[in-house]
Amino acid sequence: MVPDTLNFYIDPSRCIGCQSCVQACGECDSHKGHPMIHLEYIDRARSTQTTPVVCMHCENPTCAQVCPADAIKKTADGVVQSARKPRCIACSNCVLACPFGVPKMKSDFELMMKCDMCYDRTSEGKKPMCATVCPSQALFFGTEDEIETLRPRSRPVNEFKFGRELVRTKVFMMVPVGATTEHIDVTAAMNASSSGRRVKLSILGDESTFDVMTASMFEPEGEGAIK
Amino acid sequence: MAVVPADELKINDRFGPHAVFATGKRLDAGVQPDRLVKTHCCFCGQQCGIQLKVKGNEVIGFEPWEEFPVNRGMLCPKGVKRYLQGSHPDRLLHALGRDSAAPGGFSNLPYDQAIRTVAESIQNIQSEHGNSAFAVLTGASLTTEKSYLMGKFARVCLKTPYIDYNGRLCMVSAGAANKKAFGIDRAANPWSDIIGTDVVWISGANIAECAPITTDYVWQAREQGAKVIVVDPRITPIARTCDLFLPIKPGRDAALFAGVLNLMIEHDWIDHSSIEKYTVGFDKVAEGVREWTPRKTAEVTGISEKLVQQAAEWWGTAKTSFLMHARGIEHHSHGVQNCLGAINIVLASGRIGRKNCGYATITGQANGQGGREHGQKCDQLPGARDLGNPDHRKHISGVWGIDEKDLPAPGVDAYELMRKIDAGKIKGLLSICFNPVVSLPDNQFVKRCLEKLDFYVAIDFFLNDSARYADIVLPGSLQEEDEGTVTQIEGRVIKINKAVDCPGDAHQDWRIIQDIAGALGRPHGMTFDSPRAIFEELRVASKGGVADYSGITYEKIEKQFGVFWPCPSVDSNGRAIDHPGTERLFESGSWNPVAKGSGPYYFPDGKAHFIVAPYAPPTEDIDGEFPLILTTGRVVSQFLSGTQTRRIGPLVEQYPEPRIELHPKLADTLGISDRDWVTAETRRGSVTLRAQVVTTIRPDTIFIPYHWAGRKSVNQLTISAQDPISKIPEYKVCAVRLKRADSAPAYASELQPQQ
Repeated sequence: MVPDTLNFYIDPSRCIGCQSCVQACGECDSHKGHPMIHLEYIDRARSTQTTPVVCMHCENPTCAQVCPADAIKKTADGVVQSARKPRCIACSNCVLACPFGVPKMKSDFELMMKCDMCYDRTSEGKKPMCATVCPSQALFFGTEDEIETLRPRSRPVNEFKFGRELVRTKVFMMVPVGATTEHIDVTAAMNASSSGRRVKLSILGDESTFDVMTASMFEPEGEGAIK
Repeated sequence: MAVVPADELKINDRFGPHAVFATGKRLDAGVQPDRLVKTHCCFCGQQCGIQLKVKGNEVIGFEPWEEFPVNRGMLCPKGVKRYLQGSHPDRLLHALGRDSAAPGGFSNLPYDQAIRTVAESIQNIQSEHGNSAFAVLTGASLTTEKSYLMGKFARVCLKTPYIDYNGRLCMVSAGAANKKAFGIDRAANPWSDIIGTDVVWISGANIAECAPITTDYVWQAREQGAKVIVVDPRITPIARTCDLFLPIKPGRDAALFAGVLNLMIEHDWIDHSSIEKYTVGFDKVAEGVREWTPRKTAEVTGISEKLVQQAAEWWGTAKTSFLMHARGIEHHSHGVQNCLGAINIVLASGRIGRKNCGYATITGQANGQGGREHGQKCDQLPGARDLGNPDHRKHISGVWGIDEKDLPAPGVDAYELMRKIDAGKIKGLLSICFNPVVSLPDNQFVKRCLEKLDFYVAIDFFLNDSARYADIVLPGSLQEEDEGTVTQIEGRVIKINKAVDCPGDAHQDWRIIQDIAGALGRPHGMTFDSPRAIFEELRVASKGGVADYSGITYEKIEKQFGVFWPCPSVDSNGRAIDHPGTERLFESGSWNPVAKGSGPYYFPDGKAHFIVAPYAPPTEDIDGEFPLILTTGRVVSQFLSGTQTRRIGPLVEQYPEPRIELHPKLADTLGISDRDWVTAETRRGSVTLRAQVVTTIRPDTIFIPYHWAGRKSVNQLTISAQDPISKIPEYKVCAVRLKRADSAPAYASELQPQQ
């Protein structure tokens, strides 16, 4: 069992795009040579922003709901496992349905594989490989107390709204408590009249929906926002 | 004549670099390791703790080492995949002799025969042209034991003044400035002091890619309220979300520091009491910066007045701070001045020598710190002693059991050594842990120099790009095949532990050196039986020096997770003590054999030196013919000249080939689109690479990473201008022009990406 005091937190604002998580994921004994993490550049032409994508381990996983072969199982401690080999029919329903774009069809094996939160490690109380090595700690595995003490500028969110559907996950996303400034273009910083194009990360809605991340959360402010 | 013996492609076929991936027992999850060896990464100066999984005589993977306090399990992708350098098909398992008839231009030689040939060649050159006709080039990735041995080998065995090391390309500007200002050359604070500061100032350091685990320290400082100021011509990943980004024009750092200091003085954001009590030279420096008004600073640096003022205010009014810099301000013909400028704003703030008040240069190589302390530098003796100082010469001659008169005079820096080869003064060369045809600037000149040698012997575990010019190549050891110490980024001496034996005919580097000494019939002082024995002599040799290691033992290192030097073995009255090491420099009461209680700094009066750090433009500034600035640096997945990392498949795939980074505004004016082939040309040479069009770089500057060899090497373009004090080359600025290439370069169809 993964100890219920330990949680997985992702903070994309810390990510430096080094791919250490991807490289280490491929060293995990349960899927050696096949990293299950994707590291995405948001828009390399305009920013060095990257974000690691690990499985969010949904409370009610869409991937499992849409699986016609009932191949995707969630363990009692909330970890959604890779598809079971004897059952998976490689139909890719899960790949298409996942709201976070996590599962990948490995055509070599005719099997859906995805992040299982390093179950071989976490079920023994160790940290997942990616969160252990991550040099920026954009991927963090620890207790609620630790995250509150170490990261007062941001707060964990684990409810995400897709249209009318609310998805609650085991993995938390760290979002800024206040707005923050991002540097997008050197020329903007060179110009005395501007201190850099601003991209405001604001959470919409009243206090009751504060923890719900919506598609409009990354609302650009003013001219020069990321397109 | 040391010429490349075969076609480049044929050498590549036999010796690589080939990109290798995990296979066999390294891929089979069912294979359990026989043991885990606690050691450190073989690459950068952070020296992350790591556990290597060993099966038989093979490293088959890694396990994070979370107890090691500096990285707590964190690793960059190089650390994660570093295990793949072992059991590599390119590994040199035999000594090689140049033989243009053999496949790849080299034939295997019995080890003893190769050693005899090396000794005879050294003997011949030295008896015909004198001892100083033979030179040695070494490196800062060697353990401290090996660095110490190399210095002793050159001075005692070869009796040549000509030894220098690749830290010349790395640490020397910071080292020279630190010695001038503080009297000691070491990061002043442990990294834990970064967390809890008001302001973190990062100048010319792409921390996310070159010192990745330091990122967490910076982010953690920010979580606790620190403002992060980043000065860089590029929005590197650490700059992306910083609080203040100063987009400096390459080569203008001294001007920025002068402008900031001027504002600090004007607004009285300086620590008068600290300046008066603990420093000398402030008034002259204050006078020197008076001309650096915000307007003038902005004009020169390319940073707006408003941002300069903001930076000065944050820095000036902070209660605690940590300033870090790296090669970005150091790789200049005014590198020492840039570093002195940084030190001046630290000294004026009074924020150094206590918790959360810190200053450090970020070392590049594994042993960038230890490798610059114990005598492989051209002017240095162990314990950070000076070869030109009579007292220091006497002490070391005593330890080495030689007549002081036989100790050579100081030599010359690595690039000057090349010029001496070119001039016919140096006829023979031994290199270890140095790949000059990739790493030195203007490398067409370097290749011509190597071709002029009568005899060249290279020691390496792979056939690096320079070893292709060698007469004899001796198969050396990987980091995991030997033990020894290195001194990491904070000045903490740590222990590298042996995981496996050398394969085939490969030998531990220190044995090779001693075998050469033996074959020369000059074994005096070169008969150690282990790295530990070398370390024990090093402790004695360093005793009483600034870099005092005499109180450090392998056991203490293990017990304390490293020991910070200076760590003396006796107190000021000569009584034996068990010193824990000096975590933070310049604290009251901390060990200081120079000031002896008169003050915190390593000068007889205990006072730090403010030194005027005037700005001057780069040696080769832009003009109508070459209108752009070329700057160079690293990517996270590659290391230095790529001898190791261009052979590790997953790292090659992450960033396969160098690209030219340029701003879309520049790209538009030149009709260049992303991924186009473009040619960059300087007065020294040209290179054709693919474009990467990004807004994250100044429009007047292009960036090319330097890890690749041959036709992909950016050092075909760079200038060999050097700082007059530190002799560091000016990798960070020269004038370049850029155009869209008509077609793909020939190499695109001939070479694999990493070759």
